[in-house]
Amino acid sequence: MSEQLVPVSEIQSTDDNVPRWGMAIDLDRCTGCEACVVACHVENNIPVATEDEAAMGRSSHWIRIDRYYEGTFPDIKVKYRPVLCQQCDDAPCEPVCPVYATYQNAEGLNVQVYNRCVGTRYCANNCPYQVRVFNWFDPEWPEPLELQLNPDVSVRPGGVMEKCTFCVQRIQRGKLDAQAEDRKVGDGDIQPACVQGCPAEAMAFGDLTDPESKVSQWAGVGRSTQLLGELGTKPKVFYLEKSD
Amino acid sequence: MTTLATTLNGPHRRVREDVLHPLEGLSFWYLASAAFFSALVVWALFAWGCQIFLGIGVAGIRRPVFWGLYIVNFVFWIGISHAGTLISAILRLTDAGWRKPVTRAAEAITVFALMIGGMFPLIHLGRVWLFYWLIPYPNDRLLWPNFRSPLVWDMTAIFTYITGSVLYLYLPLIPDLAEMASRSQGWKSRVYRLLSIGWTGSDRQWHSLERAMKLMAAMILAVAVSVHSVVSYDFSMSIAPMWHSTIFAPYFVAGAIFSGIAALILVMFALRKFLNLGRYLRPVHFHNLSKLLLLMCLVWLYFSASEHLTVWYGNEHIEMAVFNARVHGEYAPYFWLMVACNFLIPFILLGIRRLRTLGTIAVSSVAVLIGMWLERFLIVIPTLSYSALPAAWGPYEASWVELSITAGTFAAMALFYMIFAKIFPIIAIWEYDEDVSAS
Repeated sequence: MSEQLVPVSEIQSTDDNVPRWGMAIDLDRCTGCEACVVACHVENNIPVATEDEAAMGRSSHWIRIDRYYEGTFPDIKVKYRPVLCQQCDDAPCEPVCPVYATYQNAEGLNVQVYNRCVGTRYCANNCPYQVRVFNWFDPEWPEPLELQLNPDVSVRPGGVMEKCTFCVQRIQRGKLDAQAEDRKVGDGDIQPACVQGCPAEAMAFGDLTDPESKVSQWAGVGRSTQLLGELGTKPKVFYLEKSD
Repeated sequence: MTTLATTLNGPHRRVREDVLHPLEGLSFWYLASAAFFSALVVWALFAWGCQIFLGIGVAGIRRPVFWGLYIVNFVFWIGISHAGTLISAILRLTDAGWRKPVTRAAEAITVFALMIGGMFPLIHLGRVWLFYWLIPYPNDRLLWPNFRSPLVWDMTAIFTYITGSVLYLYLPLIPDLAEMASRSQGWKSRVYRLLSIGWTGSDRQWHSLERAMKLMAAMILAVAVSVHSVVSYDFSMSIAPMWHSTIFAPYFVAGAIFSGIAALILVMFALRKFLNLGRYLRPVHFHNLSKLLLLMCLVWLYFSASEHLTVWYGNEHIEMAVFNARVHGEYAPYFWLMVACNFLIPFILLGIRRLRTLGTIAVSSVAVLIGMWLERFLIVIPTLSYSALPAAWGPYEASWVELSITAGTFAAMALFYMIFAKIFPIIAIWEYDEDVSAS
């Protein structure tokens, strides 16, 4: 299922000063605790689905833990894989949008323009990772969660597609902070909520064009793979497969 | 050619009596069935209203099946629309004499099926009130639609097709409209006169009409083929398993003609029965169309077998998940019902000459319509349900909103057709005149 087809060194930006954001996830360290899922919900104003909605497949998570089972009970092994938007370089979701609501920005992020989205849901069909989340209704939060919305992130209306942004608001803050202090953005300065929330430190985020960055180091090891890489989507999320 | 009925005799007079008679008066059964179909349409509009006000979530679509019955119906109705234009254009261009009582009935199906089919991409939108963002209109933010998206191609194709088929229906109506104007009084006459845009029946006008219709027939043929190819690109341009297929464009066009012929045959049965047009829609028309249906049945089998055989032989695990779900999994009952409806029933009933009667032609047509709807369903749903990552698989169940709107569109088709057949002669009188004069 996973196969690395694009070496990290091939991910290059057009400009030396423009980063290419990427992520590496060490599946050896992931315990499947879902702290990343919760952190993501809190950071990004993601609505909380009711029990009924979740049962019918309407839960919205920008990052989810896929579980795969090997063997038969009781001799069974569970494999966890956090799946978020893979921020593909050749993203299948982008060309199919009729109104340019999703496109690739200069830093390699697949950005989603909520205001422009009319809700054809074509992008979600064409995403092989199924990481795109649709707002079936206007968003709602059970009390008192509506009081903790993040002011840096817009709340999306019903009928609009959304997905993981690599916490673009944090990237923006990191760049502005560095600019104010007249320095370059250092490796590790910017952490998406899931990376920050991971108690096992199983996730690394950073600039893939910097060979010294933690994410480049991780993505370069032998057990680094890309999910469904054989489809040619050139994902910028790398999975370090379990070594056993 | 004269437009005054009083000077006519023999078959010319007879066709006017027969074809124009149904246009007079409103019977109880006409009003009752119109009320019934209107009720269904109003109910569907209510369901759509609920969806707009409460959110698209009232429909049954869910992750990963983001496209549901709306897209199934969209492809189905666009397919039905091929009844008219394509069949009547082919018959016109090849100058098949038996076409004459059939063409207008067919062309009307096209226009109404397109009106209905073209609504579905809108009904399906999450924010339908912004649908015009797909149109390349000048705006002060210099925003353009994304011309790389098959949905923009789709919209362009359907707009072109509906414009073309309205013209194609209208052109041969003009001489009949002029005749209607001379036969009716008061406001009706004025409306018909206005619609006939100054038709006097001069040689020059006949000549222009002939040329225009020849040209439109040739153009509409190309448009019809391209429209259903573009509809198929909505699927085949994606990388979803069993959608990304090179065979889809011709497969969809063939399927569209197949279901279009079936729809035309059923409409002709209805016209024959309710408007007493048995003298014009004769068994020979049904037999000829049923032979076309039989041919398309074999073409469908060829395409369908090619589609499934290559996937099965290729044995690629992502595609096989969809294949297995279709052929012997969750969707197998629908799949085998589709095979029975699209191949076994029409092939046996129409292929064996002794079995081919008006009754079995009607049965085959109903079967083909059911089968082709199921085919669209089997193309849209299983692929999404069994997407590339097994962890993201999920089921789909249509809600009352989708079912109501689906039912409403079939009622809308019947209603539109009833109204059309009440206002306009459903058989081209002047073409029939030509036929009689020639023989």
